[in-house]
Amino acid sequence: MKKILILFSHPRLEQSRVNKILIENIINKKGVTVHDLYECYPDFHINVPFEKELLSKHDVIIWHHPFYWYSCPPLMKQWIDMVLEFNWAYGPEGNALHGKICLNAITTGGSKEVYCSEGYNSFTVKQFLRPFEQTANLCGMTYFPPFAVMGTHNLSDEALDEYKINYGKFIDLLQANLSINDMDNKSFINDIPKLKTI
Amino acid sequence: MTGSILFEAIVFLAGAIICVSIAKRLGLSSVIGYLLAGVLIGPYVLGFIGKEGEDILHFAEFGVVMMLFLIGLEIEPKNFWNMRKTILGMGGIQVGGTMLLSYVLFAFFGFDWKVSLVISMAVALSSTAIAMQTIKEKGLMDTTFGTSSFSILLFQDIIVIFMIGAIPLLSNTTLETKTEDHGTSMSLIDSLPLGFQTLAIILSVVVIVVLGRYLIVPMLRKVAKAGVRELLIAAAFLIVFGISFIMELVGLSPALGAFLGGVVLSNSEFKHELESTLEPFKNLFLGLFFMAVGASINFIVIANNPLTIGGVLIAIIVIKAIVLFITGSIFKLKLDQKLLLSFSLAQVGEFAFVLLSFAFGLHILEQEQMDMMLVVTALSMSLTPIFGVVNERFILPKIGTKESVKRPMDHIAKSHKIILVGFGHFGSTIGRFLRSHGVEATILDHDSNRVDFLRKMGFEVYYGDATRQDLLESAGIAEAKIIISATNKIEVSKAISKIIKEQYPHVELMIRTKNRYDAYELLNLGHENIYRESLDTSLVLARDVLSKMGFRKYTLNRQVQNFKKYDEDSLRRLALEPKREEDYIFKAKQELAQQEKFLNEDLKRGVVEYDSHWDSEYIRELLNKK
Repeated sequence: MKKILILFSHPRLEQSRVNKILIENIINKKGVTVHDLYECYPDFHINVPFEKELLSKHDVIIWHHPFYWYSCPPLMKQWIDMVLEFNWAYGPEGNALHGKICLNAITTGGSKEVYCSEGYNSFTVKQFLRPFEQTANLCGMTYFPPFAVMGTHNLSDEALDEYKINYGKFIDLLQANLSINDMDNKSFINDIPKLKTI
Repeated sequence: MTGSILFEAIVFLAGAIICVSIAKRLGLSSVIGYLLAGVLIGPYVLGFIGKEGEDILHFAEFGVVMMLFLIGLEIEPKNFWNMRKTILGMGGIQVGGTMLLSYVLFAFFGFDWKVSLVISMAVALSSTAIAMQTIKEKGLMDTTFGTSSFSILLFQDIIVIFMIGAIPLLSNTTLETKTEDHGTSMSLIDSLPLGFQTLAIILSVVVIVVLGRYLIVPMLRKVAKAGVRELLIAAAFLIVFGISFIMELVGLSPALGAFLGGVVLSNSEFKHELESTLEPFKNLFLGLFFMAVGASINFIVIANNPLTIGGVLIAIIVIKAIVLFITGSIFKLKLDQKLLLSFSLAQVGEFAFVLLSFAFGLHILEQEQMDMMLVVTALSMSLTPIFGVVNERFILPKIGTKESVKRPMDHIAKSHKIILVGFGHFGSTIGRFLRSHGVEATILDHDSNRVDFLRKMGFEVYYGDATRQDLLESAGIAEAKIIISATNKIEVSKAISKIIKEQYPHVELMIRTKNRYDAYELLNLGHENIYRESLDTSLVLARDVLSKMGFRKYTLNRQVQNFKKYDEDSLRRLALEPKREEDYIFKAKQELAQQEKFLNEDLKRGVVEYDSHWDSEYIRELLNKK
C-alpha cells in the first residue's frame, strides 16, 4: 500500500468551508499523513531536515491548497524553496524524490468554464499549474493531473458532499496503485475512468 | 449523658463523617448521608440527640444563609436583572399553582379554610438548602434546569416574607399574644403602619447595596493589606452576620439579605477569596442543618397514622411535581430538564417549619395538624435525594435528550476556561491579548493595590494567593483547561505546579520563568511549557542592533529563530545534567563558564547554523567543482 503525504496549506482554514470538509474526511485514513503547514510553521520557519525525512517516508506527495491568484499560498512556495534543496531534490546528485508521484489538489472560486481561452481567466488550470508540473519533473517525480473542486463560491452542500466522497475514493485508489496510464489524457483526475466506475 | 456540648459535637461530627462517606462511596448525594446521620443519632433510633434537635435546626439555618450569600456572589447584578422574567414567571406559576391545588385538596378533606390556606402556603415552598446543594454538587448550576430551579427558589424566598405578613391576618388572637408567642421575631417594624413597613424594607435593601459598595469593599482592602489570613475569615463572617442582623431587624428573610449582599459583592475583587473562605463553613452548617432535619422526623406520629401521613405525603409531592412540570412546559424546557426540575423541587422546604410553627403559635393550627405537617415536610425533604437518584439512574437514561454538547468553532473562547496568575506587566500583556480574542481569563493577583487599580481600569482581577488550593478551586481550577503562571517568583510557580500535578493533572500549566536556572528546575519537575522572559526580547534587540550595522533584516530574523531553537534544545540537554546547586560560588562560576562556552560555539559555527537557502553562490560553487 502506498504511503500518502498531504502537504496542506491554507492561511485561513477556520473560514474555509470546502477545505475543512475535504480534510476532515481523510485525516484519519490509515497510511495517509496530513501535514498542516500553516499550523506547523506559523512563522514561516520551516524545519528542513524534518520535512526531508517526512518526504522520504512517503510515496505520493499531494500539494493540497486553495488556488490563490493562479498559484499556491506563500507558505507552500516557501516550502518548495526551502525543502527541495539542490543536490537533494534536484541537481547532479539530487535524486531523493525520484520515482515518487506528485500532484496538486486545489479549490478554486471560479468555475471550470472561466478557466479557458474564452473565459475571463484566459488560461486553463493545467496551464496555470505548469510551474508545479515542472518542479515535479525536475525532481524526477511523476506528475498527475490535479484533483480540483471548482466553483466553490456557488457550491451546493450536496455537490460538496460528492466532492468529499470522491476525494476519499481517489486517495484509496492512489494507495492501491494508480499509474500514469490510468489518467486517460484527462485534464482533471476527478474525471479518470477508474474514479468514475466505483 | 446528652447534656455536654462536647458530646453533642462528637455525635454530630462522627455521624456526619460515617454516613456521608458511606453515601459518597455508594455514589449518592452527600445530602442523603447527612439526613441519614440525623435519623440515626435522633431521638427514635440511637437517641443521642433529643429535643435540642430543634434548637440546632434554628442555628444550622445559618448554613442556608451562607449558601445564598455564596450563590449571590456568583450572580452579577446584570445577570440578576436579566433573570427577572424567569424569577417572576416561573416562581409565580409554581407557587400559585401549588397553593391552589393543595388548598383544594385540604379543603376537600374537610380542613378549615384557614388551616388549608396556611398549609398550602407552607407546602408551596421548596427547600433551597436541599435543591441548591444537590445542583451545585452535580455542577448543574449553568444549565437551564439550574437557573430555573434557582429562579423559583428565589421567588419563594421573596414571597415567604408576604406569607409571614399575611398569616397574622388569619388569626383571631390579638396582636399582643402574637408577639409573645412568636418569640424568635425581634422585628422593629411590626408596630409600624403598612406603608412604613414597605419603606423600611426598601430602605434596608438600599442600605445593604450601599454598605456593600462603600463600606465592605474598602474594609476588605484594608484587611487584605494587613496580610493576616484569619482576619479575612473574620471579615467574611462579619459580613454575613451583619447582613443577617439587619434583615432580621426589619423582618426580612436573612437568606434573602445574604443573597443580595452576595450579588453586590460579586463584582468585587474579593469574590473568590470570600468564596474559598466561606465554602467549607457553609458545607458544615448545611450538613448540620440536614442532620437536624433528619433528627426531627417524629417516628411516633408516623407510627400512629401511617396511612394519613403516607397519603398526604404522596399527594403533596405529586401535586408539586405536576405543577413544576407544567411550569417547565410553559417556559419551554426540554423533557429531561423538566423532569430534573420536577424531581428536585417537589419537596416541602425548611420555610414550612417557620410558617407552620408561626401559625401554630397564632392558634390557627392544632397540635395534631402541625405535627403531621412537620413530619410530612421532613419526610419529603429526605425523599428528594432518593427521587433524584431514581430519576438519574432509571428515567433519564431512557429519554436521552441531553444538553447539547456540540460546540461550533467560534465558541472556543467560551468553552475553555483559563486562569491567569499574576497580573503585573508580563501577565497584563497576556491578559490583553487573550481578551482581544474574546478569551476572558480569571485573573488572580496577590497585590491588593494593583488589584484595586486594575479593576478601576476595567479588568476582572481577583485578590488572592494562588498557591492556596482552595482559592484556585473557587477560581474554577476543576473546570479549567489552562492555568498560566505569569509571576516571576519561582516559589509560586512551583507551589502551583505541585497542586496541579497532585490534584488536577488534566489542567495544562504554562509558566513564565526569570532565567535558565528556574527553567531547569521546572523542566526537571516535568513541565514543558516554559517561557523564559530573558530569551525573546533580548534577541529582538540584538537583531535590531545587527540590522543597524547593515545586516539584512529577513536573514537576521531567520537567524534569531535558529538561535532560539538552539538555545531551547541546549536548555533541555543541560537540565538533565546533575547539578550541585548548594554551592553558590560554584553555580556562579558554572554560569560564566557556560556563557563563554555558548559564545565560543557560536563563533566557531560562524553564523549560528548552516544555511544555504536562496544562496545562488553556493550552487555555482558546487556546479563548478564538477
